[in-house]
Amino acid sequence: MSKEFDVSETVDVAWCTGCGNFSIIRILKNTLSDLSIDPKEVVMVSGIGQAAKIPQYINSHYFNGLHGRALPPATAIKAMNPRLTVIAESGDGDMYGEGGNHFIHTIRRNPDITQIVHNNMVYGLTKGQASPTSQQGFSTPVQVDGVILEPFNPIAVALSLDASFIARAYAGDQKQTQEIISQAIQHKGYALVDILQPCVSFNKLNTYEWYKKHTATITDHDVNDKGAAFHLALQTDPLLLGVFYQHKKKSFEEMHPIYKKDSTPLRERSFNPDIIQEIMKSFY
Amino acid sequence: MKNNKYDISIVIAGGAGQGIQSVERMFVELLHHSQYYVFSTKEYMSRVRGGSNSTEIRFSLLPVSCFVDRIDLLVLLDDKAFDHVSSRVTNDTIIIGDKKQVSSISHPHVFSFDFLNTAQEIGNIIYANTIAIGLLASLFHIPLERIKNHVSSFFQDKSKKVITDNLTAVEKGSAFARSISESIRIPQKLNSSSDTRKKDSDSLLLLNGTQAIGLGALSGGCNFISSYPMSPSTGVLTFLAAHGWKANVFVEQAEDEIAAINMALGAWYAGGRALVTTSGGGFALMGEGLSLAAMTETPVVIHLAQRPGPATGLPTRTEQADLQLALYSGHGEFPRVIYAPGSLNQGYHLTKKAFDVADKFQIPVIILTDQYFVDSKYQTEMFETMPKEPTQYIVKTDETYERYAGESSGISPRGIPGYGSGYVHVDSDEHDTQGRITERADVRKKMMEKRLGKIRQLQKESIEPKLQGSKDYSILLVGWGSTLSAIEEARKQIDDDRISFLHFSQVYPLHPKTTQLLKKAKYIITIENNATAQFAALIEKETEAHVHAYILQYTGHPFSVENLTDRIPKTVNALEEYS
Repeated sequence: MSKEFDVSETVDVAWCTGCGNFSIIRILKNTLSDLSIDPKEVVMVSGIGQAAKIPQYINSHYFNGLHGRALPPATAIKAMNPRLTVIAESGDGDMYGEGGNHFIHTIRRNPDITQIVHNNMVYGLTKGQASPTSQQGFSTPVQVDGVILEPFNPIAVALSLDASFIARAYAGDQKQTQEIISQAIQHKGYALVDILQPCVSFNKLNTYEWYKKHTATITDHDVNDKGAAFHLALQTDPLLLGVFYQHKKKSFEEMHPIYKKDSTPLRERSFNPDIIQEIMKSFY
Repeated sequence: MKNNKYDISIVIAGGAGQGIQSVERMFVELLHHSQYYVFSTKEYMSRVRGGSNSTEIRFSLLPVSCFVDRIDLLVLLDDKAFDHVSSRVTNDTIIIGDKKQVSSISHPHVFSFDFLNTAQEIGNIIYANTIAIGLLASLFHIPLERIKNHVSSFFQDKSKKVITDNLTAVEKGSAFARSISESIRIPQKLNSSSDTRKKDSDSLLLLNGTQAIGLGALSGGCNFISSYPMSPSTGVLTFLAAHGWKANVFVEQAEDEIAAINMALGAWYAGGRALVTTSGGGFALMGEGLSLAAMTETPVVIHLAQRPGPATGLPTRTEQADLQLALYSGHGEFPRVIYAPGSLNQGYHLTKKAFDVADKFQIPVIILTDQYFVDSKYQTEMFETMPKEPTQYIVKTDETYERYAGESSGISPRGIPGYGSGYVHVDSDEHDTQGRITERADVRKKMMEKRLGKIRQLQKESIEPKLQGSKDYSILLVGWGSTLSAIEEARKQIDDDRISFLHFSQVYPLHPKTTQLLKKAKYIITIENNATAQFAALIEKETEAHVHAYILQYTGHPFSVENLTDRIPKTVNALEEYS
């Protein structure tokens, strides 16, 4: 296996032993390697949380920003330089809770970025409170009588916004997860990969055993069929794995007036004083 | 009409959607091209239609750039308008309105004209506005041909019929002006044969604060703006949207202000020069992003156009009450720069400089304006003949590149992804020179000192406050931002050689000479468009000076010259009596 995405120096990894993050990072590095992407053209953008530390452990550029705010800088980085491969990666609390508004509007915008969400249905770094995807009845130090809120369904929400690529994977299935991430990165436009994973420290409900019993792979489904995709997305037991939906459409950057006539990355374009002068003169 | 200096103040009042703005634009441009100096400012309610709004158009043979209470000529476009501005009407004011609107006004100089019916006869009630142009321009002796040419070119994209109808409207207005000009007796200062006409106003730009900020951003190399619409800051977003496609500016309306600033940071990280424009409430939401800019040492430029708070406050009005918000927003301790332009020229040059300073020092720079500043329009010299290409601070990385390399200046060379062979790691957690998370106390201390150490260098780059009046003063008026012209005009009128005026166009960090300039005065009086004298508190904290009195206003309206010529001498007298 190629090692170009491994960090050369010794890094003290902040994840718990047995955490699904180890499997996800290995899959992501392998995927990028297999796609022959140059690490120097990859920007990992993340928010805050245990999953959001992933850029620290991958040999690439990174922008590790604020809690819930990975998508806006990721969108802008891609807009400024569409040649870069931009991956926004964080946990369920970060992406669906704190950053919920950006999740909605980034899908509407359709930038050519990949959003990977480590979905373990619990808050890890803050020690075990409910996340937006926690199941009803799940008890925590805050939700002492169990969660009463309806779990957030990222797949159905993304579908309702016509996200151009929507998939769910399970960190325990390396082969399928790699196949999905690979498709997501290659997809031109916004791609959501929701990755189910256990939290060995704080989620005693959704364990490796539980996922084995309560997940199943999508079979015999036309990914262009939005209605059918909705039907699958609403299914909660078992939770379905695989690509739900793909709609090939023009990306945000392709549609934006700045790139309509000229594909030169904005940051490489030269300063044009004549145009500014001309605009100033229009005020005579 | 009493007027010795030929400085005329016209107020047009009416509801939103009645065309005040198009009258303002057409008439102000006409005056501009008729070699007058002209100033206009609007005040309006937070609604789309109706309400009571007004625009002041002031013109003169000498440069004018601020608001006066005095109304020489009042044009009423609806029946609620008179009550809205009546406190500013004196017996010398001339009032013109539609028959129905002025019938109930008891005043010695009321003139009525059948605007609405005449407009209807021409074909549309909207022509009432062009009738008003014909009337106003003719009253002030602008030749009919010039008015007609101006109106034709204003409507050049419209159909022939629209142009012909507008010209008819001009003639109707002009005829009415002739019929009343004997009774009004407007001084014949500038007629076509007059040689007193200002010759050089053709070389002047006519624009408002929003446009000055927008042009400064373009010259500063701005190529990205992400913002959420909020009065009174939105104009900068629409200005860049209107010109962005040719000037290479990526314009995006963000879903909220949090997204706006985080996008701007992403754009700078990837090599762009991004701007966000917002007002107090939106800026409050950006606080965490400001802190992220500081921690990641990512430059960012923020235009903060103030309006009165707290909360939604008075959305379309003016105040200077967000100085402390700008100074202290964002958790943690970090350097920042805050400019407060007081003129169009400063608005342009400081915005341009904001991009340079943000980039050079890798810090957030805030341009603090307000509704009065952004909406006031007047003339100014061409800002510069040809903007120079902005200084390039981005470095090409090599394999040994570390984003936070420990330079003695505290300013590490800034690389961007995809340019060079190094990696660019930025992190909102405390980090080491490579940008990797660390909790080591020694690294934390060093990084804090690296970031905060920029303040000393920023002080050296600060803009010196500008002294107006004698260098030998015992009383010093202190102002900042948009109050520049009003205070200066009041100071000149008061004409007391003990009184000088010190204007700050950079409010943080203060220029090192500030203490010296302040301490020369026996009495310091700050003049601020807020309720708690925020700038007085800042200068007392940052300098050794003591502020003796404040002149404050927090009605949502700007200071008028009259307000200041009344209050400044009273304050001076009170200080002298007290001592």
